[in-house]
Amino acid sequence: MSNPDRPLSPHLSVYRWPITMTLSILHRGTGIAMSVGLLVFAAWLVNAAAGAAEYTRFADLMSSLVGRLFLLGWSFAFFLHLANGIRHLFWDAGRGFEKRQANASAWFVLIVSIVLTAGFWVLLQ
Amino acid sequence: MSLRAPLGKVLGLGSAKDGTEHWWAQRVSAVALVLLGLWFVVSLAGLGSLDHAATVAFVAAPLHSVLIALLCATLAYHSHLGVQVVIEDYVHNPGIKVVSLVASRFAHIFVAVASIYAVLRIGLGA
Repeated sequence: MSNPDRPLSPHLSVYRWPITMTLSILHRGTGIAMSVGLLVFAAWLVNAAAGAAEYTRFADLMSSLVGRLFLLGWSFAFFLHLANGIRHLFWDAGRGFEKRQANASAWFVLIVSIVLTAGFWVLLQ
Repeated sequence: MSLRAPLGKVLGLGSAKDGTEHWWAQRVSAVALVLLGLWFVVSLAGLGSLDHAATVAFVAAPLHSVLIALLCATLAYHSHLGVQVVIEDYVHNPGIKVVSLVASRFAHIFVAVASIYAVLRIGLGA
Protein backbone atom coordinates (compact mmCIF):
# COMPACT_ATOMS: atom_id res chain seq x y z
CA MET A 1 0.00 0.00 0.00
CA SER A 2 2.99 2.32 0.32
CA ASN A 3 3.25 5.10 -2.21
CA PRO A 4 6.91 5.88 -2.90
CA ASP A 5 6.02 9.29 -4.34
CA ARG A 6 4.32 10.56 -1.22
CA PRO A 7 5.94 13.65 0.34
CA LEU A 8 8.24 12.71 3.20
CA SER A 9 8.25 14.50 6.52
CA PRO A 10 9.19 17.27 7.24
CA HIS A 11 8.12 18.48 3.72
CA LEU A 12 10.86 21.12 3.65
CA SER A 13 10.35 21.81 -0.06
CA VAL A 14 6.73 22.96 0.26
CA TYR A 15 7.54 25.84 2.62
CA ARG A 16 8.42 29.39 1.75
CA TRP A 17 11.80 29.62 3.50
CA PRO A 18 11.03 31.09 6.96
CA ILE A 19 13.48 33.37 8.78
CA THR A 20 13.17 31.21 11.91
CA MET A 21 14.63 28.26 9.97
CA THR A 22 17.57 30.42 8.87
CA LEU A 23 18.28 31.40 12.47
CA SER A 24 18.00 27.80 13.66
CA ILE A 25 20.58 26.68 11.10
CA LEU A 26 22.80 29.70 11.80
CA HIS A 27 22.73 28.96 15.55
CA ARG A 28 24.14 25.48 15.01
CA GLY A 29 26.50 26.65 12.25
CA THR A 30 27.96 29.48 14.35
CA GLY A 31 28.28 27.07 17.29
CA ILE A 32 30.33 24.63 15.23
CA ALA A 33 32.41 27.49 13.78
CA MET A 34 33.20 28.76 17.28
CA SER A 35 34.19 25.28 18.47
CA VAL A 36 36.92 25.52 15.80
CA GLY A 37 37.61 29.14 16.79
CA LEU A 38 38.17 27.95 20.36
CA LEU A 39 41.49 26.52 19.12
CA VAL A 40 42.55 30.00 17.94
CA PHE A 41 41.40 31.55 21.23
CA ALA A 42 43.54 29.00 23.13
CA ALA A 43 46.45 29.61 20.73
CA TRP A 44 46.18 33.35 21.49
CA LEU A 45 46.70 32.69 25.23
CA VAL A 46 49.36 29.99 24.73
CA ASN A 47 51.40 32.28 22.43
CA ALA A 48 50.99 35.22 24.82
CA ALA A 49 52.40 33.01 27.60
CA ALA A 50 55.21 31.71 25.37
CA GLY A 51 56.82 35.12 24.81
CA ALA A 52 57.01 38.20 22.62
CA ALA A 53 58.54 36.47 19.57
CA GLU A 54 55.96 33.66 19.50
CA TYR A 55 53.12 36.12 20.12
CA THR A 56 54.25 38.45 17.31
CA ARG A 57 54.33 35.52 14.86
CA PHE A 58 50.78 34.55 15.90
CA ALA A 59 49.56 38.18 15.75
CA ASP A 60 51.07 38.63 12.26
CA LEU A 61 49.27 35.50 11.06
CA MET A 62 45.93 36.71 12.45
CA SER A 63 46.49 40.25 11.06
CA SER A 64 46.81 38.94 7.50
CA LEU A 65 43.83 39.37 5.18
CA VAL A 66 42.78 35.74 5.57
CA GLY A 67 43.33 35.93 9.33
CA ARG A 68 41.19 39.06 9.60
CA LEU A 69 38.41 37.48 7.53
CA PHE A 70 38.33 34.49 9.90
CA LEU A 71 38.32 36.79 12.95
CA LEU A 72 35.49 38.82 11.40
CA GLY A 73 33.54 35.60 10.86
CA TRP A 74 34.18 34.36 14.40
CA SER A 75 33.19 37.71 15.93
CA PHE A 76 29.92 37.67 13.95
CA ALA A 77 29.39 34.04 15.00
CA PHE A 78 29.95 35.06 18.63
CA PHE A 79 27.40 37.90 18.57
CA LEU A 80 24.80 35.91 16.63
CA HIS A 81 25.13 32.85 18.88
CA LEU A 82 25.01 35.13 21.94
CA ALA A 83 21.90 37.03 20.81
CA ASN A 84 20.12 33.93 19.52
CA GLY A 85 21.14 32.05 22.68
CA ILE A 86 19.34 34.68 24.75
CA ARG A 87 16.34 34.22 22.38
CA HIS A 88 16.50 30.50 23.19
CA LEU A 89 16.57 31.24 26.94
CA PHE A 90 13.33 33.24 26.54
CA TRP A 91 11.80 30.24 24.77
CA ASP A 92 13.02 28.00 27.61
CA ALA A 93 11.07 30.27 29.96
CA GLY A 94 7.98 29.70 27.79
CA ARG A 95 7.94 33.16 26.19
CA GLY A 96 7.95 34.36 22.57
CA PHE A 97 6.55 31.25 20.88
CA GLU A 98 3.85 33.04 18.81
CA LYS A 99 4.64 33.01 15.10
CA ARG A 100 4.79 36.81 14.89
CA GLN A 101 7.02 37.04 17.98
CA ALA A 102 9.36 34.29 16.71
CA ASN A 103 9.69 35.98 13.30
CA ALA A 104 10.26 39.41 14.87
CA SER A 105 12.85 38.11 17.35
CA ALA A 106 14.65 36.30 14.52
CA TRP A 107 15.05 39.52 12.53
CA PHE A 108 15.95 41.40 15.72
CA VAL A 109 18.72 38.89 16.54
CA LEU A 110 20.09 39.07 12.98
CA ILE A 111 20.19 42.89 12.90
CA VAL A 112 21.57 43.20 16.46
CA SER A 113 24.40 40.76 15.75
CA ILE A 114 25.39 42.62 12.55
CA VAL A 115 25.35 45.96 14.42
CA LEU A 116 27.34 44.54 17.38
CA THR A 117 29.93 42.99 15.05
CA ALA A 118 30.37 46.33 13.23
CA GLY A 119 30.57 48.22 16.54
CA PHE A 120 33.13 45.75 17.93
CA TRP A 121 35.45 46.20 14.93
CA VAL A 122 35.10 50.00 14.99
CA LEU A 123 36.10 50.03 18.70
CA LEU A 124 38.94 47.56 18.07
CA GLN A 125 40.62 49.73 15.39
CA MET B 1 -2.35 14.07 41.81
CA SER B 2 0.93 12.81 40.42
CA LEU B 3 0.87 10.65 37.31
CA ARG B 4 4.23 9.09 38.09
CA ALA B 5 4.26 5.44 39.13
CA PRO B 6 5.78 4.70 42.55
CA LEU B 7 8.62 2.76 40.93
CA GLY B 8 9.37 5.72 38.64
CA LYS B 9 9.58 8.03 41.65
CA VAL B 10 12.04 5.70 43.33
CA LEU B 11 14.30 5.18 40.31
CA GLY B 12 14.15 8.82 39.19
CA LEU B 13 15.12 8.01 35.61
CA GLY B 14 12.97 6.90 32.67
CA SER B 15 13.78 4.37 29.97
CA ALA B 16 16.36 6.79 28.51
CA LYS B 17 18.49 6.16 31.64
CA ASP B 18 19.15 9.85 31.53
CA GLY B 19 17.41 12.89 32.88
CA THR B 20 17.62 16.54 31.90
CA GLU B 21 21.22 17.03 33.06
CA HIS B 22 22.57 17.71 29.57
CA TRP B 23 19.86 20.26 28.78
CA TRP B 24 20.39 22.04 32.11
CA ALA B 25 24.20 22.00 31.83
CA GLN B 26 23.94 23.61 28.38
CA ARG B 27 21.62 26.35 29.68
CA VAL B 28 23.56 27.11 32.86
CA SER B 29 26.87 27.29 30.96
CA ALA B 30 25.10 29.50 28.38
CA VAL B 31 24.03 31.96 31.09
CA ALA B 32 27.60 31.99 32.45
CA LEU B 33 28.92 32.67 28.94
CA VAL B 34 26.51 35.58 28.41
CA LEU B 35 28.17 37.27 31.40
CA LEU B 36 31.80 36.15 30.81
CA GLY B 37 31.58 36.60 27.03
CA LEU B 38 30.16 40.11 27.19
CA TRP B 39 32.81 41.10 29.75
CA PHE B 40 35.53 39.68 27.50
CA VAL B 41 34.52 41.36 24.22
CA VAL B 42 33.87 44.70 25.96
CA SER B 43 37.33 44.48 27.60
CA LEU B 44 38.94 43.46 24.32
CA ALA B 45 37.30 46.33 22.43
CA GLY B 46 38.50 48.78 25.09
CA LEU B 47 42.13 47.62 25.09
CA GLY B 48 43.28 49.80 22.21
CA SER B 49 46.36 47.69 21.53
CA LEU B 50 46.60 43.92 21.30
CA ASP B 51 50.40 43.72 21.08
CA HIS B 52 52.29 41.34 23.39
CA ALA B 53 52.88 43.78 26.26
CA ALA B 54 49.26 45.02 26.30
CA THR B 55 47.82 41.48 26.07
CA VAL B 56 50.04 40.14 28.87
CA ALA B 57 49.26 43.16 31.08
CA PHE B 58 45.53 42.63 30.47
CA VAL B 59 45.58 38.88 31.21
CA ALA B 60 47.93 39.24 34.20
CA ALA B 61 45.62 41.50 36.25
CA PRO B 62 44.36 39.18 39.05
CA LEU B 63 40.63 39.61 38.40
CA HIS B 64 41.21 39.25 34.65
CA SER B 65 43.22 36.04 35.14
CA VAL B 66 40.38 34.52 37.16
CA LEU B 67 37.67 35.61 34.70
CA ILE B 68 39.64 34.45 31.62
CA ALA B 69 40.37 31.08 33.28
CA LEU B 70 36.63 30.74 33.99
CA LEU B 71 35.91 31.76 30.39
CA CYS B 72 38.32 29.07 29.07
CA ALA B 73 36.69 26.37 31.21
CA THR B 74 33.10 27.41 30.43
CA LEU B 75 33.76 27.84 26.69
CA ALA B 76 35.31 24.38 26.49
CA TYR B 77 32.46 22.84 28.50
CA HIS B 78 29.68 24.53 26.49
CA SER B 79 31.46 23.70 23.21
CA HIS B 80 31.83 20.07 24.34
CA LEU B 81 28.09 19.84 25.06
CA GLY B 82 27.19 21.38 21.69
CA VAL B 83 29.58 19.29 19.60
CA GLN B 84 28.30 16.18 21.43
CA VAL B 85 24.74 16.92 20.25
CA VAL B 86 25.94 17.58 16.69
CA ILE B 87 27.80 14.26 16.61
CA GLU B 88 24.79 12.40 18.05
CA ASP B 89 22.56 14.01 15.40
CA TYR B 90 24.65 13.39 12.30
CA VAL B 91 26.95 10.40 12.94
CA HIS B 92 24.90 7.23 12.65
CA ASN B 93 27.58 4.54 12.57
CA PRO B 94 27.81 3.37 16.22
CA GLY B 95 31.58 2.80 16.14
CA ILE B 96 32.43 6.12 14.51
CA LYS B 97 29.97 7.84 16.83
CA VAL B 98 31.64 6.55 20.01
CA VAL B 99 35.14 7.34 18.70
CA SER B 100 34.04 10.88 17.68
CA LEU B 101 32.39 11.52 21.06
CA VAL B 102 35.47 10.38 22.99
CA ALA B 103 37.83 12.30 20.66
CA SER B 104 35.75 15.47 21.07
CA ARG B 105 35.76 15.10 24.84
CA PHE B 106 39.55 14.60 24.96
CA ALA B 107 40.15 17.54 22.59
CA HIS B 108 37.96 19.87 24.65
CA ILE B 109 39.66 18.90 27.92
CA PHE B 110 43.06 19.40 26.28
CA VAL B 111 42.11 22.88 25.02
CA ALA B 112 40.69 23.84 28.43
CA VAL B 113 43.80 22.71 30.34
CA ALA B 114 46.21 24.24 27.79
CA SER B 115 44.49 27.63 27.82
CA ILE B 116 44.08 27.76 31.62
CA TYR B 117 47.75 26.76 32.04
CA ALA B 118 48.69 29.64 29.71
CA VAL B 119 46.60 32.08 31.79
CA LEU B 120 48.33 30.84 34.98
CA ARG B 121 51.78 31.25 33.42
CA ILE B 122 50.94 34.84 32.41
CA GLY B 123 49.25 35.63 35.74
CA LEU B 124 52.10 34.22 37.83
CA GLY B 125 54.69 35.85 35.58
CA ALA B 126 56.46 32.58 34.74
